[in-house]
Formats: sequence, structure tokens, C-alpha cells
Amino acid sequence: MSRATAMIVMGVFTVYFLTPIWWLLVSSTKTLGNFNSTFSLWFTPSSLTDIVTNLGKLFTYDDGVFPRWMLNSIVYATLAGGLGTVLAAMCGYALAKYRFRGREAIFNVILGGVLVPATALALPLFLIFSQVHLTDTFWAVFLPSLVSPFGVYLSRIYAASSVPDEIIEAARIDGAGEVRTFFTMSVRLMSPALVTIFLFQFVSIWNNFFLPLIMLRDQTLFPVTLGLYTWNSQVSQIPDIRTLVIVGAFVSIIPLLVAFLSLQRFWRNGLGAGGLK
Amino acid sequence: MALKFTAVAAVALAATLGLAGCSAASTSSSGSSSASCAPSSGKVTLNFTTWVPGMDKVVALWNAKNPNIQVKVQTGPNGNSGTYTNFFNELKAGNAPDIGQIEYDTLPAFRVQDGLQNIASCAGVSAAKADFSSGLWNQVTFGESNAVYAIPQDSGPMALYYRKDLFQKAGLSVPTTWDEYAADAVKIKALGGEITNFPKGDVNWFAGLVSQAGGQWFSTSGGTWNVNLTGPESTKVANYWQDLITKGLVSTIPGFTDQWNNAYNTGQDWTWVSAVWGANTISSGAPTTAGDWAVAPMPQWTAGANVSGAWGGSSSVVFKGSKHPAEAAKFILWLNTSTEALTALNKEANLYPASTAGDTLPALSQGVDFYGGQAIYTTFSDAGKVISPFTWGPTMTQTYSDVSDGFGSALSGSGTLLDALKAGQEKTIAALKAQSIPVK
Repeated sequence: MSRATAMIVMGVFTVYFLTPIWWLLVSSTKTLGNFNSTFSLWFTPSSLTDIVTNLGKLFTYDDGVFPRWMLNSIVYATLAGGLGTVLAAMCGYALAKYRFRGREAIFNVILGGVLVPATALALPLFLIFSQVHLTDTFWAVFLPSLVSPFGVYLSRIYAASSVPDEIIEAARIDGAGEVRTFFTMSVRLMSPALVTIFLFQFVSIWNNFFLPLIMLRDQTLFPVTLGLYTWNSQVSQIPDIRTLVIVGAFVSIIPLLVAFLSLQRFWRNGLGAGGLK
Repeated sequence: MALKFTAVAAVALAATLGLAGCSAASTSSSGSSSASCAPSSGKVTLNFTTWVPGMDKVVALWNAKNPNIQVKVQTGPNGNSGTYTNFFNELKAGNAPDIGQIEYDTLPAFRVQDGLQNIASCAGVSAAKADFSSGLWNQVTFGESNAVYAIPQDSGPMALYYRKDLFQKAGLSVPTTWDEYAADAVKIKALGGEITNFPKGDVNWFAGLVSQAGGQWFSTSGGTWNVNLTGPESTKVANYWQDLITKGLVSTIPGFTDQWNNAYNTGQDWTWVSAVWGANTISSGAPTTAGDWAVAPMPQWTAGANVSGAWGGSSSVVFKGSKHPAEAAKFILWLNTSTEALTALNKEANLYPASTAGDTLPALSQGVDFYGGQAIYTTFSDAGKVISPFTWGPTMTQTYSDVSDGFGSALSGSGTLLDALKAGQEKTIAALKAQSIPVK
């Protein structure tokens, strides 16, 4: 009984979460005419050829600005996510393993940072970046994306429980410096947490919309979220763009899917290893 | 506990006062500063923020011919979706672009924040008055003397889109007055259709209807704003549509949605009173009805009259703080009055030019296949000449959203459209007071 109930509950939620994606997939195979006139959850006879046409239009419209946006998003999310993960790991590790004056105060301030929504910081950041003439540049989105208070919190908790002090002691006795100890040994022990932090960072940078909206004017710097939003706001002037927005939205979730599917193996391994201990 | 609450309230009050003080300081500096407009020497680069698709291609034409005044196009989402907020942020940070796109209904919001450069003394600007209808020119001068704050770009004269085939089949003639329109609505309902749709969100559309009826929502006298959303004309228009809604003669689908497109695509809705740019909205949203549509002048309140309203349209402004107002003004004059630029804007972005020179563009005097070969743009051009002038308020985004909320309630049966306008008026007055804008 409980098994069947669980399956039904999961089934309902799966349908609930997958229906919009199904809609997006089906809609991206339609011409604007079919999109407005045919059943929205099933394909049309010409779907196969239409999606090819749609993709062709998507990647060539406005001198191929869409692939540029995708590339920007990948660069922002991968570079800032990767570097941000390293920074968060170092910071969390230091807070967990070293004793120094003000340690708890620093940690509490960082924890407070978790509570401040990124949206609230966008305008102050804009005013600061205006002072140093860095608005409408790559750095305007990249630099703020490096910071992840939640990542610091997570890596502190994880470092405290998964990196035994004895091993660090042993490394010191063997003559390894602190930096070497961190990068060769502690990072490996912390890797499941790091994958989690990276995924969180990657997704939040990928989905970050408000900061680029406020910072960027040059459309060759836009991430894909802002680009699609801009297109969507032009639908009333150029109705054909609607198809591009839908296909673009579908294409833009593919890198997220790839990142999740390829990294979740490490993630699960880590959780499992923790359970065995 | 009570004490604590009082303390919190006191802090909140102090914060509000502080904010009000802030905005008072920033608005008090607004005075008409018709600064001299001397050209800069040497090569100049201008930033131009716009959301018109394909603007970069139009600007490329200019850049090729003006090596000393290069214009760099920056894009963003349409104004209310974020670009206006960005403009305000940039004005605050002191790095606004030289040139920006602003819709007519939002110009006053930038004017009261003193964000617009008065370009009246720049070469050619005052003479450009002859290129535009007096109503449009009034939108960019606010009726101030020796002042021009923007050059009109596109405009949205309104007319009646209707399903010619369905009207013929039903033996109905095109309604020329609103009374005929309401009578046709009953007949169309009997045939299982609806004459049109009343969207709760398109308050600027409703304002266009009010302006056609001769109404005004805002006026200024001696720097003080007067807000009146419930004047006799507004009341007349609101009661007219309320009657159609109560009798179930119009559909009430949110505008520009798939469901809404579908209502037109399937022939459920028969007419749309809309602006010139709506021509593309219909042709792409209701592709199966190609050839079945036609355009007629708006129905009139008085038989034999000829008055129209406007919905939408943008202007180009020079922002305060631009170091090169003379060059910026020269560029926006070219952009919005030269045949070359108007042709390109129409081709790239379907823009319907505000300048009267637009009437002569070949693309705007030919028949349009989707409308059965009718030369629809001449109808709109005629409508553009008889638009009843309308003054916009300084907080239109807020006004729209509050009236739209009320319209939503009215459509779901609680309250009326007139109630929505009353509530919108009160909230608008409150919003002006909160921004320390003088209001009566």
C-alpha cells in the first residue's frame, strides 16, 4: 500500500514537473501558425521539418546573436561557478580548520549574507560599478557571481565533518605546506560538497537575470536569460520572434540538463560515502 | 509589546520621511534649462539605448555617412520591462546614455525627475515642428514655451479592425458610431460570436478610447498636477464598456496571449479597436484569417464626427548629462524625419513613423494582402491627423497597474470599470504625493 502510494505521489509530481518541459519541446516544433491553432501538447505532421527551420532561424537571427548569448551564459556560469566554488571551498575550509580571532564573527556575517537576496544587491552593485566605470562590461556580471555565501557555509560544515584534523596533522608532519595540503588532500575529501556547490553556483548564475538586466546594455554581452527576455518583450512589434523565444528557451535548458546529468554521479557517490561512515 | 510596535512604526515613519525628503531634493532642481546647444569639436561617439529590433542596421546607415558622429546602439527589453528602470538608475549614477527611447506616456515621468535635456535651441529642432502633427508635438514639449524634450519616433493612431467576411455574411454594415457598435454586438452574440475583447491589462488602450471621447486624465497648472480619471468622458467610456461586459457581449481574455490570438484566429472575436501596429499582431496571431480583415475609422460618439485616439508610440530623447547634445539632436532628427531612416525603420521593425513624411513611403501607401489588398495605412494616416490630444501623468506605470487591478475585479464581477478608475485616481494622487510631486 505504502509503496503504491509513494509511486502515485511521485508519478503525479513527475507529470507536474515535466508537463511544462513537454509543452516547451512540442511548441518548439511548431510554426507560429500551428502554435496558435493546433493542440498544444502534441506534435503536428510537419513538426520534424519545422523544428529544423526554427533552429536555423534561432541560430541565424540578428547575425547569430543567440549562440553568442549561449556562449556568454556558459562562460559566466562555468568560469564564475568554478572560481566561486574554489573561493567558497577555501573560505569554508579555513573557517572550519583554523582557529583565529573573529572566526565566528566572520562566519556569522557570511551566514547573514545567505539571507540577503541577490536581487536586493543589484542596484547598489550598479551604483558601485558605475563609480569605477565597469558597468556594461564582462566584469560587471562576472565579479558579483563569484561570491556564494551559501557555498562557504556548506563547505565549512562539510570540511568540519569530512576532513579529519589528524590527516592535516599528518600532512604537516610530512612537510606539506598549508596550500598544498588543501589542494592535494582536503579538496579531494571535500569533493562531493564541491560538486554540490558548483552545481548550485552554476544554476544560480545561469538563471541570474536581474543583475545582467541592470548591468548590461551591449547585447553581445547578454547571458541567454536576458537575451530571451529582451526578445520576448519585442513580441508585440515583431510577432515572429515568439517562435524564436520558445525554441531558444528549450535550447537554453540543455546545458543545465547536461551539467546535472554528468555531475550527479559524483554528487550521489559523495552522499553514499558519507552514509557508510 | 505595544511599546515595541510603536518603536517600529516610528522607525518606519522616519524612513518614509527620509525617502520623501530624498525625492523632494531630486525633483526640486527641475527647471526649464534651455541651455545653449553648441556643437562639439572633433570626433564624437554617442550611446543610444533602444529596444527597437533592427535599430543597429538603421544606425549603420548613419554611421557610414557621419564619421565624426558615431552612434553606438545598446539594447534592452522594452521600457516597462526594465529599460526605464535602467534609465533612472543611470541618471542617478550619472552615466546615462546620450540618447534613449521613451514612450509618450512615460516622458512626463522623466521630465519630473529632470532627466531630459531641453534641445529646443539645437539646430533644426524647433523647425522640426512642421514634420509632426500638433498633438504629437505637444507630447514632446509638454506645452512649455521654448522647450523640446524629445523627437517623436513612431505613433499609434487607432482605427477599427474588423472581419469583413463575417460582417458581410451576417448582413451587417461597418459600425460608424459607438451606438451602432453596441447594437452590432448584440447581433453578433446571437450568431455565437463576440464583437471584440475587453482586456483588463491594456489600460493604455482604454486611455486611447477616453482620449477619443475628448477626455483627459491629467493636466497641469502652475506646476501642480490635477488628476481626473473620472471626468464625464471617462465615465461615459467606462459605462459603455461596462454595459457590454455585463451583458456578456464581449470576451474578457487577457490581451496578447495565446488564448487571445486563438479567439481571433478561430473567428470567435470579430473586431479589434487598435493602433496601427496591431496590423502585424493580427496577421501573425490569426494566420488562418488572412484576407478576411479590413480597417475602418474608429466608431464615433457623435454621428458624423471624425476623431481618433492613439495607443502607444515612442520618442527619442537626449538625456541630461550628455556631453554632446547638439550631435545627439542632429542624429535623432535624422532618425525620425529623414525618408532614408524612416524607410529603414519601417522595413526592419515595422515602425509606423510619427513624422508626416512617413505617409509618402511606398510601403505605407500600398495595399496589404492580409487585409484583402486594402491600403490600410492610409486609413491610419487619416486617423493620425484627427487624434484628440492627451496628457500623460508622471507615474503612468503605477496608474496602469492600479487601474488594471480594478478592471480585473470588474471583469470577474465585483465592482465596475468606473470603480476601477475611481480607485486608480486615488492611488495615483497618493503616488504623486509620495514622490513629492505637487498635486491638487
